[in-house]
Amino acid sequence: MIWQTCKMSWAAVCANKLRTFLTMLGIIIGVSALIVLVSIADGASSSVSEQISDMGSSYLTVRVTDDKENPIRLNEFQELMDDEALEAAAPYGRTSVTAKSGYTSGTMSITGTTGSYFDIMKLELSSGRTLKQTDLDNNSLVVIISADTAIEFFGREDAAGETLSLDGKSFLVAGVLSDDNSSLTSTQSMTESSSEEESETVTLEGYIPYSTLTRIADNVLDITQFYVSSADEESMDQAEAAVERIMLERLSEDEDAFSIMNQSEIMSAMEGVDDTMSLMIGGIAAISLLVGGIGIMNIMLVSVTERTREIGIRKAIGAGRGGIMMQFLMEALIVSMMGCAAGIGISFAILKIIGKVMEDSMSFHMDMKVAGISVIFSLLIGVIFGLYPANKAARKKPIEALRYSG
Amino acid sequence: MIELKEISKIYTIGDETVYALDHASMSIQEGEFVSIIGPSGSGKSTMMNIIGCLDVADEGEYILDGISIEQYSERELARIRNHKLGFIFQNFNLLPRLTAEENVELPLLYQGVKAAERKERVRKALEKVELSHRMHHRPTELSGGQQQRVAIARALVTKPSLFLADEPTGNLDSRTGQEIMCLFHELHEVGNTIVLITHDNGVAQEAERMIRIRDGHVDEVTA
Repeated sequence: MIWQTCKMSWAAVCANKLRTFLTMLGIIIGVSALIVLVSIADGASSSVSEQISDMGSSYLTVRVTDDKENPIRLNEFQELMDDEALEAAAPYGRTSVTAKSGYTSGTMSITGTTGSYFDIMKLELSSGRTLKQTDLDNNSLVVIISADTAIEFFGREDAAGETLSLDGKSFLVAGVLSDDNSSLTSTQSMTESSSEEESETVTLEGYIPYSTLTRIADNVLDITQFYVSSADEESMDQAEAAVERIMLERLSEDEDAFSIMNQSEIMSAMEGVDDTMSLMIGGIAAISLLVGGIGIMNIMLVSVTERTREIGIRKAIGAGRGGIMMQFLMEALIVSMMGCAAGIGISFAILKIIGKVMEDSMSFHMDMKVAGISVIFSLLIGVIFGLYPANKAARKKPIEALRYSG
Repeated sequence: MIELKEISKIYTIGDETVYALDHASMSIQEGEFVSIIGPSGSGKSTMMNIIGCLDVADEGEYILDGISIEQYSERELARIRNHKLGFIFQNFNLLPRLTAEENVELPLLYQGVKAAERKERVRKALEKVELSHRMHHRPTELSGGQQQRVAIARALVTKPSLFLADEPTGNLDSRTGQEIMCLFHELHEVGNTIVLITHDNGVAQEAERMIRIRDGHVDEVTA
């Protein structure tokens, strides 16, 4: 009986192909909007959070916003951060200089720090050495450069021992970072100093002793930002508590004078934003699906009126309410489910095309969960908006329906 | 077989109440061929609707096959129409999108008959009305007489206890009308009960018995 009802409804749906297609269009657009938009939002957010999680979550970023007329200096920093809960601490300052070697020159981002920075950020060297305490004590003119920078200036990665001119001062290249770190450092420069232009294909990066940076840069003197690492991820909370205690003590108990940021906190905040975005976009798309559903109901009501006579005949030869109801409900369901299938197909194609056009790191693939949700949603819409017209059809009195001439 | 006792059907138009049927009584025996005749507005269509379980009487009692109808729910009425009644209408009332075969099959679908049996019964029904060769045609591709024969096949495929024909020859020329009447005689000869509703005296007189309706009352005339 169900199968026969399906066949009957299918015949009715096919009898008016253009009308069926136009009705279906509402569902098709709604479903493809839902899937494409949510998939794009997911793709964008997952690529960003992937980059953040690549950076690891075993360090804290501390920013000092109010130094209480008593700035933290480099010479007290080591002592200040001497706590058993903390593994390493490194100050962080940044400036841009003009780097020159031979005929090659370019603007280079310079990070002033200590040797601990490389441990905290898990940066590895392919050649040379990292920054040493003596470099800091003597304000030595030494620089550690990234692999890309080494290739840019010296044509090879193994550039330790070369000299590089930074703002006219001659620096000794003490070490070169290994190539694996490049994406990581560029991400960092992207997230931390987005104002800096990144139009150059190669990001020139260098690390010099913090004390040297305070000499060559006008804007860097006190420590306003530093990184702290704990032994492992489990002891992050202890480390955070320790830093907070130290900083409160140092900055006359003013908790607004500094901020401590955890990588995982940044990530969860990001994810929160992403979830809200997905929900909002999904909500907008769902509205268009709802409009499609109203379209189905509208056309079903027209169809019920048009086929009043058919309903009368069917009832006269023995169709009960249930039979008529099933037939019209099935029609609504066929339209909505076919629209849903077409919408999934179209959104699959659109996502493929977007993926081809934007070949970069962002990957857009259809989220099966969203596809599943859209199927359930279409099913619900078919039932909800089909129920009223179907019920209207089923309740028609057979004699009145037979007498109807339309 | 059919027993109508003091049946009334009342319509209210504005403040006025109109008796379409006014305490009408009649009975029809099994195997009878009865015609109900009356001018338009006499209440014969209302009578046919009540006999056909398409409508229920406001007053009185209607007994079909020993069962009183008014206690039935709509669902049960649909079942009775499906199993016990075969309708034949003036304007054929075939579904235009279905072929002759599918139209005849329809009541069996609602009965839930299995596919193989359905096919067999549909074939036999169409054979009986001599339309086997046109079973895959749609109503629009058939002549009026052929359409009415499809409608008769649709009525007889369920082996109903009562055939109810409402002006079956009204839309046909006299020659085809006569052919249809012959079919009714054939059905009657094999023992079927037939109630034929018409306003045409000539057609009505072909039945064994004539029941005349006037202003909602029954005047029985035996032919």
